[in-house]
Amino acid sequence: MDFYLTALLQGLCFSAIAQGIYISMKIFNIPDITTDGSYTLGAVVTAIMLTHHQPNYIILPAVIIAGGVAGAITGIIHTKLKINALLAGILVMTALYSVNLWLMGRSNLPLINVASLFTLINISADPNYNAFWILILFVAIITLIIGYLLKTDFGIAMRATGNSESMIRSLGVNTDRMKITGLALANALTALSGYLISQLQGYTDISMGIGIVIIGLGSVIIAETLINWLRITSVWLSLILVLLGAIIFQFVLAITLDIGVDPIFLKVVTAVFVLIIVSLPRISFRALK
Amino acid sequence: MIDIKNVHKTFNTGRANQVNAVNGIDLHIKQGEYAVIVGANGSGKTTLLDMVAGSVFPSMGSIEIDGKDVTKIPDYKRSQWIARVFQNPMSGTASELSIIDNFRLAAIRTKPKGLAIGINQTFKNQVKEKISTLGLGLENKIEQPMGTLSGGQRQALTLLMSVMDSCKVLLLDEPTAALDPRSAQIVMKTADELIKDYRLTAVLITHNLKDAYNYGSRLILMGEGLVMKDFNAEQKSSLKQNDLFDWFG
Repeated sequence: MDFYLTALLQGLCFSAIAQGIYISMKIFNIPDITTDGSYTLGAVVTAIMLTHHQPNYIILPAVIIAGGVAGAITGIIHTKLKINALLAGILVMTALYSVNLWLMGRSNLPLINVASLFTLINISADPNYNAFWILILFVAIITLIIGYLLKTDFGIAMRATGNSESMIRSLGVNTDRMKITGLALANALTALSGYLISQLQGYTDISMGIGIVIIGLGSVIIAETLINWLRITSVWLSLILVLLGAIIFQFVLAITLDIGVDPIFLKVVTAVFVLIIVSLPRISFRALK
Repeated sequence: MIDIKNVHKTFNTGRANQVNAVNGIDLHIKQGEYAVIVGANGSGKTTLLDMVAGSVFPSMGSIEIDGKDVTKIPDYKRSQWIARVFQNPMSGTASELSIIDNFRLAAIRTKPKGLAIGINQTFKNQVKEKISTLGLGLENKIEQPMGTLSGGQRQALTLLMSVMDSCKVLLLDEPTAALDPRSAQIVMKTADELIKDYRLTAVLITHNLKDAYNYGSRLILMGEGLVMKDFNAEQKSSLKQNDLFDWFG
């Protein structure tokens, strides 16, 4: 039972990175690998500021800006230097590894006995349920903001940029600037996941970001499968499904551990699970024939 | 309205695959004129249109629109004055966005894309009314994704989108190339009506010699990057359909 509550809490924390990947992947057709670096950056900035007893209302903007800058740099490298999007992301992610190490001064920073978002508000006596309500509130606010953004004129233009660059350029949008802004937004969201997870698990580690992009991608793919199956066209519903995808993803991992699979195999289970989700539409199509 | 002065365009200059696409064109298209450009493949028509639109910059020469030198201005800035219909129906619309979303973007073509939600019931009614003039029944489907429509329907909508915001110049690059005869007819008729109603300056590139004969107040034949023939409205009306076919004989 404990596995599942943790899975739910982690799923809520990862919903931010899922939304970030949703924006970069679906809206820009750019698979953004910067996330491995910006996720850790978010966690590093959080840990450093918490151990220096900075208040949360300063840490939150700092994390958002840090992630945003990382994403913007990837965007600039991709649009202005015309470097392939994947490579641009990898370059920034690689550089961020050193930056994160330098910022922390060590490879691991524990956050025990340090004030955090979860000690800030007391809704419930049980720390897990407390965390649950705080996360629900946090995630709801993020989803509302992103959902609203996607429905504005700017948001529609952003969605069109990934869909038909020729069209949106002829409609007056500077696609270079749009891609940079979008990547900044996506990585700011990713950094927020780092902010949440580091406080939830009580430490920041230099390697916590390695392979994290798969969690984001997997969550989005689950969401996409549901969106296509249920023929969803509403922006709000799509975002909620992205959130659901993040939670389902963590639940699958929790089930794996619960049935006794050796934790060594967790990554292969992750890979196989994502593979199954991606192939599901294709397999069922052939079965119908 | 459109002043093309001594424009040249060479691709891959100095290399083995150098292409002299446009070799010195001087063209002055008056306000309200509907110019039709025909020519063999490789004659430089699309390159010329691209240079007017701003997706390609000339190697030499200048281009002015409404008296303003736009030679170095990128395409997304020229959308202030220019609306464009592409050869590929997929290029002029966003398939994953709904019809109403596409029309919203078109309605703010010359304006900044701000953080307000622009689609309200008034706007939806405006768009429905406009779309119903096509007589295709699409006004009942405005929440559907563009990708569910056929090429002909998308091209017709792209045309309507071009006049959702103030427009001075309409560029049509073989808009019916990928369409069946009936859709093509709807597109050409709609374009003709819009050009008249909104008094647009239009440039049409087409391989369809019947359309070239029936539409437009000016006919230009291009070949090898140059203007070979240029007929104004009067001269054009004295031509016979067969004359155009003879040029490609």
